[in-house]
Amino acid sequence: MPQITYREAIRHALAEELTRDPNVVVMGEEVAQFNGAYKVTDGLLATFGPTRIVDTPISEAGFIGLGVGASMLGIRPVMELMFWSFYSVAFDQILNNAANVRYMSGGQINCPIVIRGPANGGTNVGATHSHTPENVLANHPGVKVVVPATAYDAKGLLKSAIRDNDPVFFLENTILYGDKGEVPEAEYVIPLGKADVKRVGADLTIVTYGRCVIHSLKAAEVLEKDHGISVEVVDLRTIRPLDFDTVLASVKKTNRVLIVEEQKPFASVGTQLAYMIQREAFDHLDGPIHRLATIDAPAIYSPPVETEQLPNPARVIKAVLAAMA
Amino acid sequence: MAQFIDMPKLSDTMTVGTLVKWLKKEGDVINAGDMLAEVETDKATMELESFFAGTLLKIFSAAGAQVAIGDPLCAIGKPGEVVAAPAPKTAAPAVATPVAPPAPVAASANVPKPASLPAVPATAPLAPEPAPTVGRVRISPLARKLAAEKKIDVTLVNGSGPGGRIVRADILAAEKNPPATKAGSGSTFTGGALSSRGPVQEERLVPVSTMRGVIAKRMLESTTQIPYVYLDIEMDAGPLLALREQLNTGLEKEGVKLSVNDFILKACADALRRVPAVNASWEATHIRRHGAAHVAFAVAMEDGLITPVIRDAHLKSIFQISTEAKSLGKKAKEKKLVPAEFTGGTFCVSNLGMMGIPKFTAIINPPNAAILAVGTTVTKPVVKNGQIVVGQTLTVTLSCDHRVFDGAVGAQFLGALKTLLESPALLLV
Repeated sequence: MPQITYREAIRHALAEELTRDPNVVVMGEEVAQFNGAYKVTDGLLATFGPTRIVDTPISEAGFIGLGVGASMLGIRPVMELMFWSFYSVAFDQILNNAANVRYMSGGQINCPIVIRGPANGGTNVGATHSHTPENVLANHPGVKVVVPATAYDAKGLLKSAIRDNDPVFFLENTILYGDKGEVPEAEYVIPLGKADVKRVGADLTIVTYGRCVIHSLKAAEVLEKDHGISVEVVDLRTIRPLDFDTVLASVKKTNRVLIVEEQKPFASVGTQLAYMIQREAFDHLDGPIHRLATIDAPAIYSPPVETEQLPNPARVIKAVLAAMA
Repeated sequence: MAQFIDMPKLSDTMTVGTLVKWLKKEGDVINAGDMLAEVETDKATMELESFFAGTLLKIFSAAGAQVAIGDPLCAIGKPGEVVAAPAPKTAAPAVATPVAPPAPVAASANVPKPASLPAVPATAPLAPEPAPTVGRVRISPLARKLAAEKKIDVTLVNGSGPGGRIVRADILAAEKNPPATKAGSGSTFTGGALSSRGPVQEERLVPVSTMRGVIAKRMLESTTQIPYVYLDIEMDAGPLLALREQLNTGLEKEGVKLSVNDFILKACADALRRVPAVNASWEATHIRRHGAAHVAFAVAMEDGLITPVIRDAHLKSIFQISTEAKSLGKKAKEKKLVPAEFTGGTFCVSNLGMMGIPKFTAIINPPNAAILAVGTTVTKPVVKNGQIVVGQTLTVTLSCDHRVFDGAVGAQFLGALKTLLESPALLLV
């Protein structure tokens, strides 16, 4: 199976869907002539032309609003945010309009828009460019939120996202763009709302998603080798809809849980998970639910300190050892 | 306008009081100065006096209830006046004990009182559920479920998790090596009629009394926060016993009956004057040196102990100390001490000599910096002038707070104490 990067996997998904469905268009800042700020859309303008691959002004409220309106009329826009951090400029378009239009119209109007782009810290781009808003997005009924960790998942999930009739928010990671993974040449899709057990273990379940899956897998190797602790890693892949059945089955098997998320801890995805786990698996817990999150502060500009602010393999190991006490 | 009587603060460490019993009932006419009820604090049982005159309109807290300071106990006003129970002033009582509505006085005589605690048959296995308030077992939800499935009594399992929490591994271990049950071990010995003598006691939960709770808290505080050093000294008790005999015989008509403990209290007061560094308290940023030696002594009670204080013992004669100690000891046993009589000690003496204990270590009662544990006088061979003779010895042990003073200072104190007690005439001047 060929090894391609996470970036290429997303590009392949876009190209395949652009080819398959003439209503799919890609819009965003620098997506066409500049081939993408992070080169995700590299070459798409040359292949699909300027009516399918459209550069927009630097105005998220304007072009996301454009995409939301177009999606209501049958177009399937895939909108690129250079950083997900800029979503708040278009908060009304995304979370007031797109999220509610199907409900408000009694099901007459769908909003099959995809908004994608990187949402992560760890690259020394400062507090205003390092937001991870999956918890804020997922708080809104009517939307879907996807945070892929691998090239394989990114491709299969983006294809499903484009075909979905609801707004799907697809949160990528600039640090993962260069990571290679095995991706089949044959077409495949991964359904939204299906978690994936990335590593089977017996002693503790790590529930995680996004780049923290990679950290957790690295930590699990060390924990197995140095501490004899067998860690199971559940990758949520989709935050909403949430595949809680997979989480629950794993927790009932291992009886101990650590949630790892690149999220500010207050009212995060992890808090919701912790509530659901204790509610549904109380009698299966052999210790309190533990959580490792971003340290609660604006993204720190100093690279060495930012590395420690975010979850990393060393912090995951420490957190697992604490949860096993 | 009715007056509400609230639970008063009757001792400096009190947070809740137990309403032992009402001395008046609803409808009674109350004069200012009448005693309304008996209230047990963390140290003593005291009578609650009414400062108001009128009719006792309403009782809000039934006998046996624990009531937080400031919460209403009853209302006094004009006959027929209607009062509603005011909201408790405390946000949440420190000890949540449901307050039963007062039973109608007329009917109560015929209503059988429910036993305060349900009797548990000795042979019945203990339910794995946690006890409602007392003795809650720290156990993970999974371990609790496993224990229930495997019928393991979690109260017998030691927890290896944080804070002693019982976790799955502990239940699995207990399944392999069952802990000794409370009913008895697996021994096959059935000698005689042993089995017919029944259990040691009825299996039951005893609520932690206010005093027990305070003792538990303070002793735990003491042993976890104080760096201890212990010093023993053995002394010749012969002269002391001889002097005591002389005084008690010679002054019998005057009603003098000195105990060994009276001499020790007096000797402590004098030794504190000689080595005043022991008469001190640790206060984190400084050490408080006390000007007066208020010497406390431990008195055993039915459910605990209390330490009445001989105030200004350094200024009192052994006869004054003896009289005062007798009076305080009697009041202590009757739970009649008022807070001023059992607070403010600067040094403490604990004596188990009368129980035959030759020597022991006592736990410091903070904020004291030391406590003296006194053993019994022992008749044994001693060496005097190179000869083995029959002697009478007394061993005392000083528990010291090493933050406040060092071992050498403690040794000086014990040296002074030994000098005084071996030459006890010094205690009479």
